[in-house]
Amino acid sequence: MYHWDFYAVLQSFDLFLWGMWATFLYTVGSIAFGIVIGLASCFARLSNYRLLRLVARVYQELFRCTPLLVQILWAYYALPMLLGINISNTTAGLMTLSLYVGSFYAEIFRGGILAVDRGQTEAALAVGMSGRQTMRHIIMPQAIKNMLPAFINQSVIQLKNTSLLYAISVAELTYMTSEVNAQTYRPLESYTLAGILYFAMLFPLTQIADHYERRMRRHD
Amino acid sequence: MTKPEAIAENSVISISGLTKTFGALTVLHGIDLTLTRGDVLGVIGPSGSGKSTLIRCLNMMEAPSGGTFHFRGKEVLPRFKGDGKKIGMGDLRRHVGMVFQHFNLFPHLSVLDNVTKGPRVVLDKSRAEAEAHAMDLLSQVGLAEKANFFPSQLSGGQKQRVAIARALAMDPDVLLLDEITSALDPELVGEVLTVVRRLANAGMTMILVTHEMGFAADVANRVIFMEAGRIAEEGSPEEILRNPKSERLKAFLSRFHG
Ligand SMILES: Nc1ncnc2c1ncn2[C@@H]1O[C@H](COP(=O)(O)OP(=O)(O)OP(=O)(O)O)[C@@H](O)[C@H]1O
Ligand SMILES: [Mg+2]
Repeated sequence: MYHWDFYAVLQSFDLFLWGMWATFLYTVGSIAFGIVIGLASCFARLSNYRLLRLVARVYQELFRCTPLLVQILWAYYALPMLLGINISNTTAGLMTLSLYVGSFYAEIFRGGILAVDRGQTEAALAVGMSGRQTMRHIIMPQAIKNMLPAFINQSVIQLKNTSLLYAISVAELTYMTSEVNAQTYRPLESYTLAGILYFAMLFPLTQIADHYERRMRRHD
Repeated sequence: MTKPEAIAENSVISISGLTKTFGALTVLHGIDLTLTRGDVLGVIGPSGSGKSTLIRCLNMMEAPSGGTFHFRGKEVLPRFKGDGKKIGMGDLRRHVGMVFQHFNLFPHLSVLDNVTKGPRVVLDKSRAEAEAHAMDLLSQVGLAEKANFFPSQLSGGQKQRVAIARALAMDPDVLLLDEITSALDPELVGEVLTVVRRLANAGMTMILVTHEMGFAADVANRVIFMEAGRIAEEGSPEEILRNPKSERLKAFLSRFHG
């Protein structure tokens, strides 16, 4: 029977805390950028301009249909060669995560907007609202409700996806765990603790999401 | 046919030679129609004859493909903003209210907010002013005590009365009503028709597309019978509904025993 001993690992708990903090920052940062990118791409795809629609579509499909790990490695190792510039691992990491989640958000936003009944737009236009006013006062409030569960779900996945930054040595939780493991030779304790910490960050989030989803259902 | 210069002072809506095509399909073949203040025009006709398309052209929910369209003597432009001489779709719609078959209430807003949203967003009215007006309208349709309810908590008849109040909140010159009782359970039709009748008595200018022949005969001062995208017969309710001339109209009416 393996003798569990967290002592050595807990000695480096500050490293775990730093890792969690970095994971949190990459998650929040990439979600923030991802929302902006996703909104832009979503409205580009809903626009009347063919070229805009095409560009957004190409972007989305590129990022949705290639593995995130390959994107991260490409942004860090290949892109600098292609452009002849230096890109730090933090920049490459944040950029890739943002573009990746943005491509999924765009579809979530678009789906939420398209799910609003056409009659809603007509009723708003019929009282004299402009397209913009209709979007803001009538469509978006309903679309946000539609898209919230999928949005939260994607954001939960996003936090887990930050662990792939390990591959380019960004000091997030997974990378820090591997550092602790290298120092202590305690893989079982190190990676178990990492799992517990990820769980501790996400479980409350999924519970809140479920709660809101149930509450929204009741209101319909 | 009405020439623009000849449009009467009190004409609200005046269209001539109005056509509408969807791709290769021509749905309206040159409609001439003038609506004067206080008119209540009943529109009847078989399914697919273009009744909805016609009234949807009158608030530019569909852009006409041809013909002329004047609102209160001003030509209507197929874009949101007008200029001094011509009126845009935005302005047109402020003055032309529409009530839909399926209510289309805003589900995320309370009854009160459904009614105040247009005046507040489009007319920049203050909340207090909009709400005072809205409460007045809600009591007129008998729903003042439901002001803080949400649409999902109302019956179909109540929803449609809220939708009427929502349209009235803009103080429209004309109300377009497209089969507003046909999605309702039979026992709920009466309460909605009562509201419409009261509006007619108060002098509201209206166009109502309806299958309720008795009701049309009652409140309308003019009825048109549409068939295949044309006005096939036109006259007083008496003439159209009680003494139809054409065989087609007779056949159509015989299905209603109206
Ligand atoms: N957006 C559209 N695209 C293509 N065809 C349309 C469209 N809207 C209406 N039509 C067609 O135009 C014709 C007239 O339709 P409309 O809805 O005006 O008829 P209606 O008289 O209101 O019929 P109903 O009594 O069934 O409501 C129909 O053949 C319909 O299929
Ligand atoms: Mg119709």
